[in-house]
Amino acid sequence: MNAVNAIEVNHLTKKFGNKTVVDNISFNVKRGEVFGLLGPNGAGKTTTLRMITTLLKIDSGNVSIFGHDAAKEGRLARSMFGLTGQYASVDEDISARENLMIFSRLNGLSRAASKQRTQELLEEFSLVNSADKPLKDFSGGMRRRLDLAVSLITRPALIFLDEPTTGLDPRTRTQMWDTIRRLVEQGSTIVLTTQYLDEADELADRIAVIDHGKLVKIGTPEELKKQIGGTKLNFTIDQVSQRTLAEKLIVNQLGQSVSCTGPNLSTSLSSISQLAPLLETLQHSQISIGNLTVQEPSLDDVFMNLTVGKN
Amino acid sequence: MEVQTHRGNIVMNTATMAYRNLLKTIHNPDQFMDVIVQPIMFMLMFGYLFGGAISGNVKSYLPTIVPGILIQTMLSAASGSGSQIREDLDSGVFDRFKSLPMAHIAPLAGQLFADILRLVIATITSLTAGYIMGWRPVAGFGWVVVSGLLAIFTGWAISWIFALLGLLAKSASSVQSFSLMIMLTLTFLSNAFIPVSTLSKTMKFIVYMNPITYVITAVRQILATGSWTHEAVLVLIFGIGIVAVFAPLTVWAYNRNN
Repeated sequence: MNAVNAIEVNHLTKKFGNKTVVDNISFNVKRGEVFGLLGPNGAGKTTTLRMITTLLKIDSGNVSIFGHDAAKEGRLARSMFGLTGQYASVDEDISARENLMIFSRLNGLSRAASKQRTQELLEEFSLVNSADKPLKDFSGGMRRRLDLAVSLITRPALIFLDEPTTGLDPRTRTQMWDTIRRLVEQGSTIVLTTQYLDEADELADRIAVIDHGKLVKIGTPEELKKQIGGTKLNFTIDQVSQRTLAEKLIVNQLGQSVSCTGPNLSTSLSSISQLAPLLETLQHSQISIGNLTVQEPSLDDVFMNLTVGKN
Repeated sequence: MEVQTHRGNIVMNTATMAYRNLLKTIHNPDQFMDVIVQPIMFMLMFGYLFGGAISGNVKSYLPTIVPGILIQTMLSAASGSGSQIREDLDSGVFDRFKSLPMAHIAPLAGQLFADILRLVIATITSLTAGYIMGWRPVAGFGWVVVSGLLAIFTGWAISWIFALLGLLAKSASSVQSFSLMIMLTLTFLSNAFIPVSTLSKTMKFIVYMNPITYVITAVRQILATGSWTHEAVLVLIFGIGIVAVFAPLTVWAYNRNN
């Protein structure tokens, strides 16, 4: 129960026929962190998640959840997490309240406790007004909310979310993010898969980039961004004759190379605090500049960098 | 945050799953149409078309055809379980069931217990339709109930076979077409609609190889003699045997990932 890591994944491998869908993936998820599995479609994210959550047999390797082997102690492992699948895994034919009641009962809650928890979750996820309507009339966002609510019945310490916002409109997506952040505040450990970089950037403490079944890179969003170079600085100089001088000053001060085309110069900063002294130096040498832009690297850059040319 | 663990017991889980399936049918009552319309249609068509040819008149044909159509309806209601399970499996909600710390047999058992309601409705409809057409069982109401219960139990046992089929099949529609084929073959190649004495030697052999023949005979005997016959005991044991074999097989198929 008191294992340091919520999840330990060792050399996880899955083959479908001759195709290796998940190839020797290992990582740990610490308690209380949000861990993102990021990758393009068909990269093996969902397969990895399905093996961790005991829905799919592991070909080789092992997974432990709070110190319990997921294959050998499946039922115990399952009792410690909540799962929200990629497709809303709620019952279409019955109402939201009935769904919550039934899943509460299946999770081992008494009738009275189920009733109480159902009401709490309906309120928490703003579903009270539609609680007794058939799910067929629900919007995509409402369905996802109900789906998430069902995963949270037992207040699991570990929550798996498989592409929680795929197919949602931007507003509902932001609401979903807020809900996920609230869970984090309550101390839950969250593992989510996503193909959206901004989502991983917004939510995840650490990200594993998966491509073609392999773990390509793992780290914090900042680490991943740093890997492809720091903040980009672009500006133009008013007099092209001063370019050589400007280049020399920048190289001296930042220790970074400069690329130039005409009056355009660009370089990278390892920290934004280097900007003000640099501008001062340039002004001191009476080099006047314009069109200054500072560009933070995005995860898109990282993603393209790591997976480009392979798909 | 404390890590909590929960464990339900198998009986409670199955009861909850049965309740879920009942709720589903209550929200979609049209799911009962097949077990209501089909026996009435067959009873009317076969009764009035073949009654004269086979037994001289409709009324004397009824003791033959009522048990026949009763069992035919049981078979078709049982086959519905298979396509239901397949549909459920494809809907994604089973992933959730699998990810819960509950007994693995519960979703299947729940479905099959809820399907007993379909079997009961089918039995009542079949027998009532026969009654309206003039069928008067000599054994009395008590034995009618007994024969109905035997039919329901047999139908329930057979639904485990169809459940396995549903788990192994690719799609709900393939389960449906396959089930229809089985249902037609088993009922027509039995004594459901005709007296076996009229058949050739080969046909007799085939009919007596068909287990459904024995179920129909058992039900007929109960209704005709008002007693619990050897055939009925045989059918009961056979039914228990089916459940004993197919329940574990079905659970195995359910647990088999991919």
